[in-house]
Amino acid sequence: MLHIPILRQGVPYESVEKTTLVHHATGEPVAQVSQANSGMLRRDIVRMNDAVLERFTVRELMDMTRKAAELFIGGTLPLGDGAQSFDDYITQLSATTGMPIGYCRRNAQKIHKVLDDIEEVVTGLTRGFDLSILDSGYGKHDGRTLSFYREGRIFGAVLPSNSPGVHSLWIPAAVLKAPIVLKPGREEPWTPYRVIEALAAAGVPREAFGFYPTDHGGAGELLRSVNRSMLFGGGATVKPYENDPAVELHGPGYSKIILGADAADDWEKYVDVMVGSIEANGGRSCINCSAIWTPKHGAKIAGAVAKKLAQRKALPTDDPDAVLAAFANPVVAEQIDAAITQGLRDGSAVDLAEKHRGTPRLARIGRCAFLQPALIWCGDREHPLANREFLFPYASVVECPTAEMPSTIGPSLIVTAITKDQTLIKALMDSPHVDRLNVGAIPTFQISWDQPHEGNLFEHLYRQRAFQIEAA
Amino acid sequence: MSESNTAGNLTDKVQSAKERLDAHTRETVAWHFDPATGCPFWLEYAKTLDFDPRKDVQSYADLNKFPWFEDEWLRGGPVRRWVPKAFADKPVYVFETGGSTGIPKSRININDFRTDYENFSDTLSDAAFPRGADWLMLGPSGPRRLRLAIEHLCQHRGGISFCVDMDPRWVVKLIKSGRVREMHEYKDHVVNQGLTLLKAHEGIQCVFTTPKLLEALCERVSLAKLGIKGVFCGGTQLTAQFHRFAREELLEGKVEFVPTYGNTLMGLACHKPFDPADNYSVIYHAPLPRAVTHVVDPDEPDRIVEYGELGRVRLTTLTKEFFMPRFLERDEGVRTPPCAKYPWDGVGDVRPFSGFATPIIEGVY
Repeated sequence: MLHIPILRQGVPYESVEKTTLVHHATGEPVAQVSQANSGMLRRDIVRMNDAVLERFTVRELMDMTRKAAELFIGGTLPLGDGAQSFDDYITQLSATTGMPIGYCRRNAQKIHKVLDDIEEVVTGLTRGFDLSILDSGYGKHDGRTLSFYREGRIFGAVLPSNSPGVHSLWIPAAVLKAPIVLKPGREEPWTPYRVIEALAAAGVPREAFGFYPTDHGGAGELLRSVNRSMLFGGGATVKPYENDPAVELHGPGYSKIILGADAADDWEKYVDVMVGSIEANGGRSCINCSAIWTPKHGAKIAGAVAKKLAQRKALPTDDPDAVLAAFANPVVAEQIDAAITQGLRDGSAVDLAEKHRGTPRLARIGRCAFLQPALIWCGDREHPLANREFLFPYASVVECPTAEMPSTIGPSLIVTAITKDQTLIKALMDSPHVDRLNVGAIPTFQISWDQPHEGNLFEHLYRQRAFQIEAA
Repeated sequence: MSESNTAGNLTDKVQSAKERLDAHTRETVAWHFDPATGCPFWLEYAKTLDFDPRKDVQSYADLNKFPWFEDEWLRGGPVRRWVPKAFADKPVYVFETGGSTGIPKSRININDFRTDYENFSDTLSDAAFPRGADWLMLGPSGPRRLRLAIEHLCQHRGGISFCVDMDPRWVVKLIKSGRVREMHEYKDHVVNQGLTLLKAHEGIQCVFTTPKLLEALCERVSLAKLGIKGVFCGGTQLTAQFHRFAREELLEGKVEFVPTYGNTLMGLACHKPFDPADNYSVIYHAPLPRAVTHVVDPDEPDRIVEYGELGRVRLTTLTKEFFMPRFLERDEGVRTPPCAKYPWDGVGDVRPFSGFATPIIEGVY
């Protein structure tokens, strides 16, 4: 059977302990994944050469990354003892995650884009100063001396399985010269492994990479052992690290679309943006909209959005029309469905998508479980289902006076504010709860690659220092 | 020819061990249910039984006449109800298990811990655990027997044991409340004391410690370079991958590594000698006839699972100080066959029982 090894400073290692990944639809084993014990992570990380990428300029690393883009999308790359073509990768990714083939391909394109447009991405993070300053340690920008040093000696990431697109977030660390240690999500070792192999094949030294499938304890050891990290996970996973500046958290998004009083009467014009924001990427990402806030017409908006969402039905993942992901573990789908059913029990909210569809949210095809879209008309913003996020197309619609919205929406990764009301826009801009603000009918999932996402990786890794040098 | 001879020898050894166990069971049950020697708990309990243990228990299998031993019986007092009358005048220790929440289980001890560790001493090699060498005991202290037991093992082998304080209940509390940073600070505090002792006392050649503390020690020093010859490791779950990692990397292939499985209620198991064919699986054999383990179906604990199958560990302890028939442990593992050195069932890959509604926090100590 296919074996995915640990990569210890780039060197494959076969563990005594392995997990088996199975095909979501057939239950057949797809691959065995070597598991690292937590002590191995600690031991390896403290022994990594944190300056291994310093011998390259940022420009050289960007050239390698662009080359890796082509290898990622078109090359045959090492995978354990064997090799993996791009089509193999897509098939394997869909098999173990339950994500539709088309969805996997679109996400692979996103990763290709980040690799290929790495200069634009890094420039977005550094806001345009001459990147050779990072090579020399200091330099002039707009006539002023700038100097940076890298606090993130080793960068780590604890990654999710929900969407391959998120892997684009850690890629710039290599160009910023930080060796990278990754813990992949259980069902999704494929993408980070392939990115590492593409970068290595393009000339980035293998010893700059660690790849450690491991358990919860191993993830904790990774976060403790590296200087700077990203952590993806649910609320309970990220909570212990809330006050740790070394860990950049990527928890639930609670992304929202807000209608201003000036736009609410024209709500019909925005239904497609709402639907797209809820269902893009199978509704599995933190950048999907999970709530629509409006000062009026809530019931009508909910009805119209629900009617469109209800057309998205469970299909086998290899069906070209598939838009919903299967749950690789059907129990997770059952638990989510039960949580929503429980929330609806008091009768004050209703799943209008289910009503339009005429079939339950939870659907099965063979051994696969799917959750078909849910659109919860809550009315009351305090309803327990009003501010939730799940791993499928799910959103609530609530009514709230616009003046109260900025102070009551709560932490929101993305807010799309459809309004020209400058008071509302200013209040949202001032809000510490809004991480990314879109003004206008911009889908929540639309990412501008020259903008940081949930924190700025450059600022996470580097610190500006005061610097003076005596004139020669 | 030689293979069949070996197989024949093993069959003989298995039979002989069984006979020894049956005789030991008869003797132990007779002792505990004799009004002159038994403890108040069992003498009182006998009145509720519909059989006479002294007459009706003639073999180990006859212990199935007893109901399941309830761990609640060991929580709270009076603890003297467990002291056999024959030992009423002896100094009594009490050792506790777990106890991070609620009342811990306790077991009285007079000399059992010494006997268990003296027997275990016979399984250690003199090259890796030299006679007369001093030891570092870097593990749980306080009301657990491990600290005294290791000290006795060391003294039994002619050495002196250096110890530090370590409270695993505090560690569990820190983990449960999410205070990971404080947990690591406490771990560093413990490890720093151990390192100080190792560096200050060159006579220390043997170490007992837990998997996590071994990792932390080896992060700071090379035990091989410090002159350590043998590491005896236990206290928490010990996975096959950790076993390999410890042998190959932490101890650099230069220091003997002896994994153990023991607890207050059983005593100390012996591990099957390292065999590459086991792929680093850590296989333990209970210290027959003083304690017996079986791997049983969690839903039907009277049924022993097949070899290679996972099940819950069922423990029976049979010493003159403590009789505990048919106790369902908090661990699970894989049933493994008898081997030449230990010709009775073993249990491999022991880990916390996954069938509890609330997962056990073992402690990252």
